[in-house]
Amino acid sequence: MADIVLDHVTKRYPDGTVAANDINVEIADGEFIILVGPSGCGKSTVLNMIAGLEDISDGELRIGGNRMNERAPKDRDIAMVFQSYALYPHMTVRENMAFPLKIAKMDKAEINRKVEETAMILDLSQHLDRKPANMSGGQRQRVAMGRAIVRNPKAFLMDEPLSNLDAKLRVQMRTMVAKLQQRLSTTTVYVTHDQTEAMTLGDRIVVMRGGVVQQIGSPQHLYDHPANLFVAGFIGSPAMNFLPARLENGALRTALGDLALSDELRRTLEDADAPREAIAGIRPEDFEDAALVEDHVRARGSVFTAEVDVLESMGSDKFVYFKIEGEQAMSEDLADLAADAGTADVPESAGHLVTRFAATSVATEGKRCEVWVDTDKIQVFDPSTGANLTIPRPAPAPSSASRGISATESG
Amino acid sequence: MAIGQARSTGDKSKWAVANTVVLLYALIPVLWILSLSFKPASSITDGNFIPREWTLENYAQVFQVDLFTSALRNSIGIAIIATVLAVIIGTMAAYAVARLRFPGKKLLIGVSLLIAMFPPISLVSPLFDIWRGIGLFDTWPGLIIPYITFALPLAIYTLSAFFREIPWELEKAAKMDGATPLQAFRSVIVPLAAPGVFTTAILVFIFCWNDFLFAISLTSTSASQTATVAIANFTGASEFAEPTGSIAAAAVLLTIPIIVFVLFFQRRIVAGLTSGAVKG
Ligand SMILES: Nc1ncnc2c1ncn2[C@@H]1O[C@H](COP(=O)(O)OP(=O)(O)OP(=O)(O)O)[C@@H](O)[C@H]1O
Ligand SMILES: [Mg+2]
Repeated sequence: MADIVLDHVTKRYPDGTVAANDINVEIADGEFIILVGPSGCGKSTVLNMIAGLEDISDGELRIGGNRMNERAPKDRDIAMVFQSYALYPHMTVRENMAFPLKIAKMDKAEINRKVEETAMILDLSQHLDRKPANMSGGQRQRVAMGRAIVRNPKAFLMDEPLSNLDAKLRVQMRTMVAKLQQRLSTTTVYVTHDQTEAMTLGDRIVVMRGGVVQQIGSPQHLYDHPANLFVAGFIGSPAMNFLPARLENGALRTALGDLALSDELRRTLEDADAPREAIAGIRPEDFEDAALVEDHVRARGSVFTAEVDVLESMGSDKFVYFKIEGEQAMSEDLADLAADAGTADVPESAGHLVTRFAATSVATEGKRCEVWVDTDKIQVFDPSTGANLTIPRPAPAPSSASRGISATESG
Repeated sequence: MAIGQARSTGDKSKWAVANTVVLLYALIPVLWILSLSFKPASSITDGNFIPREWTLENYAQVFQVDLFTSALRNSIGIAIIATVLAVIIGTMAAYAVARLRFPGKKLLIGVSLLIAMFPPISLVSPLFDIWRGIGLFDTWPGLIIPYITFALPLAIYTLSAFFREIPWELEKAAKMDGATPLQAFRSVIVPLAAPGVFTTAILVFIFCWNDFLFAISLTSTSASQTATVAIANFTGASEFAEPTGSIAAAAVLLTIPIIVFVLFFQRRIVAGLTSGAVKG
């Protein structure tokens, strides 16, 4: 068991691609950390550098305080679970799990004991003599896990280990992974592009984009205080709503009408030197059917009226979609997000407002409805840099804020 | 349902006809030689497919010739040694071609293709001179070396195709499990490439076994003459008798090792051995 430190780590592939740019992450001993981001953002590259499967072009990697850059994977004592499981097809489950121990020249009886113990934990005891080809996806996945945990490594690296499973199995396995990590409390770096996995599994999340770390923090922190538009849009499902907004007399002028801002928010925006044209971000649950909001709460926010476009009742609550007039919020971050979600070319996906109402709401499709917005929860972003202007910051951000600078570290 | 069945019966008979045609095409010459080898000298030219009289005289005659027994020994020895060496070198070269990036890789592939395209006949006379100069003429290595050279391109091509099929991640997994590159190669890659190795071995063996050109040019005595050459040197019982029967018998004998070799290794060529390694 050990901590892992990435100190200004950069990866440049021979063809010039910079897949990871100046990554700084400190992973504590026993911590479960998630690397998340859209496809091609460099998650696997970072993981492979920690594993030793890719060379580090610049910077230093330390595991348990020791520099690892030049060490071969076998000398780093870390185990990896691959997306494709990478089980040895010519070996039985038992042989697969025994392989790392056999390489380590452990004696036969000890190997047997460890393999059977691990198989027990993973509920694989009755499958030990089968070959991977004859097993289900979930079972293979567990064998891959078993091969990783059997030798008690300093750390686990997992590269999208659940992405080949169907939805139901994925939820089950997610719980299993969480329990396993808790039980073993081994430092774990887990790569995923599924934000639900990221939110539910990790102690902390590292959000990446284009090889650059956007933000590091606990799931709740990222959800409540996203550092920029990209993180705000990436974390949360359904995603945050983004609206072009104009700052005028301490209020936000949006397609939903004027949203009055609290004094605190107004001050923060003034401190941040917010531009007049901004982007407002509001999470679906910060809306409510105005009819269900008590008066004193109602006074805290703003109310507008709009026609219900689509209504999805989830039982516990209702997702209500409104069509909104006017322009859409435009920014590089949002374009990236749309491209990743595959919605860039779907005209319907834009100009929609997603809200979450209590199940008791009587909103009906095609009818107009009064909607209340919790203006305290509004986040305001700078459209040019994507930075979140509502995060109180001690010193004003440098004006030449680029993508990389918007990354903030917080626990 | 009924239509489907009717169609599949129709399909089946079509396949049966096609299979029969192909089988006959391939087997008739072989069967003809087999029939010749059992005919006595008097009825060799009678044109009957099934011999009227059966005799083992031809086979007995083949083994009376000392040259043939030693030639058979030479053939087996030379072909096996050349096959083993070509497969070992080919495996390593093919792995490098399939997996590694190194300077001169394109050149290596190009040169091996070039060797495969080079007409052996143009090499025979220079080789003859060189071999006589350095004492390799009429020795086993004298044949093994050119066999390896000409079998290698084939071996590299077949094997690198097999290596490419093996998921990269298996090797990475082995590395993460603590294996050195050599351990990973031996305990993960080679077992998975086994079908490819055996296929290649069969092809190389057949190539060496059947070669006539090098064998006739680079050998002269029973020290290294191979079976193909020995057959060509057969003479009849008398100076005027054609040795057709003995040649047929020898040819039959010559195909037996190949059939055995193929049958032996074919059981190891299990298709889809890699299935189950990754998702699915
Ligand atoms: N061997 C390589 N040579 C050159 N570029 C590479 C190489 N491997 C990856 N890249 C590039 O580096 C970037 C990051 O790749 P990486 O595989 O780390 O992405 P990822 O975040 O894991 O994506 P995914 O979610 O699709 O797995 C991509 O733009 C990719 O094209
Ligand atoms: Mg990846």
